Amino acid sequence: MSPVQAVIAKELRGYFVSPIVYVVGAVFLLIFGLLSYLYVGFAGAQAIQLMQMQGGVAQINLNDLVFRNLFASVRIVLLIILPILTMRLFAEERKLRTFEFLLTSPIRINDIIIGKFVSVLLIYLGLLGLTVLVPTVLMLFSDFDWNPIWTGYLGMALLGALFLSVGVCASALTENQIVAAFVSFGTLLSMWLIAGLGSLLGDTTAGRIISYVSYMEHYDRLVRGLIDTSDLVYFGSGLVLMLFLTHRIVESTRWK
Amino acid sequence: MSKIPLVAANCRFESETTSVSSVVRTDITFVIDVQNITKRYGHHTAIDRVTFSVAKGEVLAFLGPNGAGKTTTMRILTCFMPATEGHARVAGFDCTDQPLDVKRQIGYLPETPPVYQELTVTEYLTFVGRLRGMTGQTLTAAFDRTIGRLELGAVRHRLIGNLSRGYRQRVGLAQALLHDPPVLILDEPTVGLDPKQIIEIRELIKSLAGSHSVILSTHILPEATAVCQRVVIINKGRIVAEDTPEQLSARLRHSEKVSITLKAVPSDCEMKLRAIPGILNVLPGQAGGSFLLECELGRDLRDEIARLVVSSHWGLLELRTISMTLEDVFLQLTRHEDHLAEPAEAMVSAPAEQTDA
Repeated sequence: MSPVQAVIAKELRGYFVSPIVYVVGAVFLLIFGLLSYLYVGFAGAQAIQLMQMQGGVAQINLNDLVFRNLFASVRIVLLIILPILTMRLFAEERKLRTFEFLLTSPIRINDIIIGKFVSVLLIYLGLLGLTVLVPTVLMLFSDFDWNPIWTGYLGMALLGALFLSVGVCASALTENQIVAAFVSFGTLLSMWLIAGLGSLLGDTTAGRIISYVSYMEHYDRLVRGLIDTSDLVYFGSGLVLMLFLTHRIVESTRWK
Repeated sequence: MSKIPLVAANCRFESETTSVSSVVRTDITFVIDVQNITKRYGHHTAIDRVTFSVAKGEVLAFLGPNGAGKTTTMRILTCFMPATEGHARVAGFDCTDQPLDVKRQIGYLPETPPVYQELTVTEYLTFVGRLRGMTGQTLTAAFDRTIGRLELGAVRHRLIGNLSRGYRQRVGLAQALLHDPPVLILDEPTVGLDPKQIIEIRELIKSLAGSHSVILSTHILPEATAVCQRVVIINKGRIVAEDTPEQLSARLRHSEKVSITLKAVPSDCEMKLRAIPGILNVLPGQAGGSFLLECELGRDLRDEIARLVVSSHWGLLELRTISMTLEDVFLQLTRHEDHLAEPAEAMVSAPAEQTDA
């Protein structure tokens, strides 16, 4: 087992012995289930309306009516719960004075950061994996196209990974977990809201830059079933940038 | 690896100058070699031109009041933070340029034991071993050896969060010893332990001497006397003294002191004692019949004193020399450091020349 794998194993163990992962997981799955139920309910109501208007069996598109709406709403849930998952990663190490132990162990700072990030990403992907139950169950009652669902899941995975990297970075800033959670929540919310600013500025250079920085349109395209290389580059580079910033923050503590 | 002959210079306390015995060390391989390291936080200088070295197998105590710079020095040696100026080398590796190599050579116990409360002792030590690249049989053997050495067998499957302060300290020490490093840096290793555990840990550190080079910081001065071969006293970021505990007390002693207790105390007793050549002062002791005699430095007058007492039939109940304790040395050095003109230059054993091993 390499040092990175050791860090991953230790972090996973830390998550599963604390109530945090169970509480966050339960809340995430509950809200995901509720949202699915609501959108399926709306789709059902629309189908009844169409049947009354047209007569006969109405053809409704579950991809548009359920999954696109569901994936769009999940953004808000991720925005709130992922900072809670990441807040402990470095803040707790600082608080419990184990940070010094990690930095004086023969392991690179990069390995520590990657280990911690991968551990929380695995937990998030595990939770996301459980939500596949929703389309699987719906498949029994209706026909729909799985391809936009897979791109939606790819979008949720990439968006979640970006959110987690912001959370890891915020956690490295402070020894207070609440502060870490708020910093990452504030950053992610700002990245959401600047999309509105971008559309206000319209098709100007500043408008285009601001819209690009926000994750909204990149995520929307994936949810619509479009895989654009520029979106993959956006999520990849955003994630790498945040982990790089984390490295600089951790490194800077040595100089303070 | 370098060999550095160290020459201790003079030290001054207030208006008095005490000659410091020269410590010339040759043919010693230094595992830790610190040369003029300075650490500044903004305008605050935490340590100022600190120079010392530790030979292979030597146990060195780092003494100093709170905020003296002990932890900062240890953090620089363990590559947690870089020095603003100067160089530190551990086992031949430079702390700034080869931090990973240095870290592999060191076992470090910080002031607060760095333990994860959600892990069991076994899980924690396994994690530490893996961080240090140990696997399979090597890890198992190291684990069993360390658990046995620190008597952690009974608690190996318990969560660290449920352990007492003393056990946590021992687990912290276990992580430092797990990979059997040539260099151990222990920041107050016996804090929080009960007296029995303190003795056990001291015995453990003593047993490490010879095969390991150890630096330990402590507030407990008898610990330094009991465990260490050499003591470095640091105050306000500067080294104010560096020597063996015995040499340090000898350096600062201005006179030999002899305590006597007599059965009968006639009125002319004090006068007759003063008449012995070499006696500087006679002070009455706390108990009845006891006296503290100050003698000229370097003269052992016990024989003359005993002869006078016996021939005068005063009844000699006790006669003993009084040596300066490390507490006295420490207090004298740290209390009067403010008055020293150039303490760093004056006190520290400075390397005169450096030759390759």
